[in-house]
Amino acid sequence: MTTSHEVSLVRGRSRILTRFGREVNWGDFVFRRSTALIAGLVIAALAAMAFAMIQASRESLAKFGVGFVFSSVWDPVRDIYGALPFIFGTLASSLLALVFAVPVSLGVAIFLSELAPSWLRGPVGFLVELLAAVPSVVYGLWGIFVLAPWLRDTVEPLLGKVLGFLPLFQGAQHGFGMLAGGIILAIMITPTISSVSREVLRAVPSALREGALGLGATPWESVRVAVLPYARSGLVGAIILGLGRALGETMAITMVIGNRAEISSSLFAPSYTMASVIANEFTEATGQLYLSALAEVGLLLFVVTVLLNVVARLLVWRVGRLPEGGRL
Amino acid sequence: MIARRKLGLALLLAVVACKGNQPSDAPAPKSSEAAPEAKKDEAISLNGAGATFPYPLYSKWISEYNKLYPSVKINYQSIGSGGGIRQIIAGTVDFGATDAPMKEDEAKQAPGKLFHIPATIGAVVVAYNLPEVTSTLKLSPEVLVDIYAGKIKKWNDAKIKADNADAKLPAKEISVVYRTDGSGTTAVFTDYLAKISADWKEKIGAGKSVNWPTGLGAKGNEGVTGQVKTTPYTIGYIERAYASQNKLPMVELKNKAGKFVAPTIEAMSAAAEAVEMPDELFVSLSNADGEGAYPITGYSYLLVYENAKDPVKGEALAKYLWWGLHDGQKFSKDLDYAPLPAKVLTKVEARLKELRSGDKKLLSGA
Repeated sequence: MTTSHEVSLVRGRSRILTRFGREVNWGDFVFRRSTALIAGLVIAALAAMAFAMIQASRESLAKFGVGFVFSSVWDPVRDIYGALPFIFGTLASSLLALVFAVPVSLGVAIFLSELAPSWLRGPVGFLVELLAAVPSVVYGLWGIFVLAPWLRDTVEPLLGKVLGFLPLFQGAQHGFGMLAGGIILAIMITPTISSVSREVLRAVPSALREGALGLGATPWESVRVAVLPYARSGLVGAIILGLGRALGETMAITMVIGNRAEISSSLFAPSYTMASVIANEFTEATGQLYLSALAEVGLLLFVVTVLLNVVARLLVWRVGRLPEGGRL
Repeated sequence: MIARRKLGLALLLAVVACKGNQPSDAPAPKSSEAAPEAKKDEAISLNGAGATFPYPLYSKWISEYNKLYPSVKINYQSIGSGGGIRQIIAGTVDFGATDAPMKEDEAKQAPGKLFHIPATIGAVVVAYNLPEVTSTLKLSPEVLVDIYAGKIKKWNDAKIKADNADAKLPAKEISVVYRTDGSGTTAVFTDYLAKISADWKEKIGAGKSVNWPTGLGAKGNEGVTGQVKTTPYTIGYIERAYASQNKLPMVELKNKAGKFVAPTIEAMSAAAEAVEMPDELFVSLSNADGEGAYPITGYSYLLVYENAKDPVKGEALAKYLWWGLHDGQKFSKDLDYAPLPAKVLTKVEARLKELRSGDKKLLSGA
C-alpha cells in the first residue's frame, strides 16, 4: 500500500489513490470524472442560454424595466412592448389543458395498470403513446379544420346557452380561442401524463393491492386507498412533465388560439402565448428594440418555466413526505 | 486498429481542408491536375434570403435559370422580409429580398450601399365567406377601414348595404381575420388603410405587425385562407395567389378614381403604371391613381450591394438579376404577379448597370 498519488497494478487492474488515501479503480475514476463533466455541461448550457437571452434583451430591459411584465400593450408600429397578455395566455392555456388532461390521463393510466384485461393493455397503451408521436402541426391543422368549426357550431353555442351567466362563457363564438387552445394542448399532453403515470402505478408493490383486496376492498377502493396514495409523488411528477410540454408548445396552439394580445375572462375569446408571439413575429421583426422585446418574452418564458418547475419540485417533495396510505 | 483510425482521421481532415479551399478563387498551386480552363467553369453558388410573398416566382426563376446556366447554383430561403434585411446587412447572403423597403436606420447598419431592385408586383386581396351572397361584394375603402377598426360589426350594416344594393346581406357578426405573423402582406395592407384613414394612421399605423383593434389572428397566408374558407361570415386579407388558388371570392374595392375594381393582373399593372418610380427605386403603390388601378398593390424588392466583394459572384448575380427582370417576367402572370411596366424596367436597367466590384462594372456587356 502506498499513500502517494500513484497508479499501482493490483490483480491486473489499474488502481489509483484519491486524496484521502482510498483506493479507487482507474476506470471508475475516469467514469466519474467524465459523467461529472457531462452533467456540468448541461448546467453550463443552461447558464449560457440564460446569459444569451439576457444579453439579447438588454435594450428592452433597460427601456421598459419591470413594466414590461405588467403592461398589456404590444404595438410594434410605435415600439411599445408589454408582455402581460402573453404571460396570461401561456399560463391560462396550460392550466386549462391540465384541467382537461389530468382526469383523462389518470383515468387511462389507472385503467391500463389496474383494471384492463392484460391482452388490452399493450395495444391501448401503444395507441395512447402514439398520440405523442403526431407532429404538432398536424394537431394544428386538425384544430383549424375540425375542432374549431365544431366548437363554433356546437359546443360554444351550447355552453353559452346553458352556462352563459358565467363570464367564462360569454362573448363572440369564433371557435378559435382559449378553449380551442386548451383542448389542443390537453390532447397533446395526455400521452405524456398517462404513460408516465402508468409506469408509476405499475411500480406500486402488488402487496399493497393484494393487502387491500384481502381486507375486502373493492377494486376501486384498493386503487383509492392503497395504490394512489403510494404513487402520489410520481403522479404529480407526471403532471408536471405534461405542464412543461404545454407551456412550451408553439405550433399547434398558434394555429388555434386566435393570436390576440388581450386578456379576457371568457374561454371563447382569442388569446396569445409567449411561444406563439416569438414564433410569429421574430422572422419579420426589424429594429433593435423590437427584437430585444421578443428576446425578453423568450427570457420570461424561460423564467416562468423554471419557476413552475421549482414549485413543482417542492410540490413533489411535499407530497412525497405526506403519510402514505389513505382511509376508507 | 489505432493506425487505421488515425489514417481515417487524416483523410477526414484532408477532405475538410479541401472543401474549405474550394469556393475561394485563391491560387492553389498544388492542385496541378485541375486545368485553369475548368476552374473558370466551376459552379458558382449564390445565396439569397428574404420575403415569402414573391417566393413562388423566385423559385421559378431559379429553376428556369439553372436550366439555362447549370453552373450557377442559386439558393433562396424564404425566411421573411425582416430576416432577409438582417442577413444582407450581416453579409451572410449575396442578395436579400423584402416587400417593404428598408428603413433608413437599417440602411445605415449595412457595411456598404444597398440597392433596392423592384422585381415584381403583387396584390393583397380581401377575401370573404358569405354563404348567402352570390354576387361579388363591393366595398369602399372607408367601409373596409371601419370593418378592420371594429366600427362596423354586422354584415347588414347600412354602409355595406349602400354599395351592395342587390346582395342579401345577413344580420351576422363580421368575423375579422388578420395575419398574426409579421409579414409584407400586412405591411402593404395596413399601408393602404393608413392612407385611407387619418384616424387609422394615428391610432394603429402601418407595419409588418400592428396592434389590431379587433379580430382573430391566423398564422401565414395559408392560416388566413384556411380560416376564411372554413368559417362563415369571415373577412380576411391575403395574397392574390392564395385566394385564386383556393377559389375564395375577392372583394371589389373602390379605387381613388371612384371605380370598383377587382384584383386582376391588369388592375395591378395599372396601379404600377400610374405611380412615378423615384430614383431610389422604391415607392408605395397603394391607393394609386388611375381608372383601372387596384388599390392594394405593391412592389417586392431584391436587395444587393452596389459594390460586390467577390467579382465572380457579383457578376453572376448581376447577370441573374438582369435575366429575371427581362426573361423572368413572363412567369409572373401564371403565378399571380404582375410584370414590371416598361418605364420602370428602364430605370431598373440603369441601376443594374451601376453594379460594380471595385472599379469593374459587372454588366459591361449586357
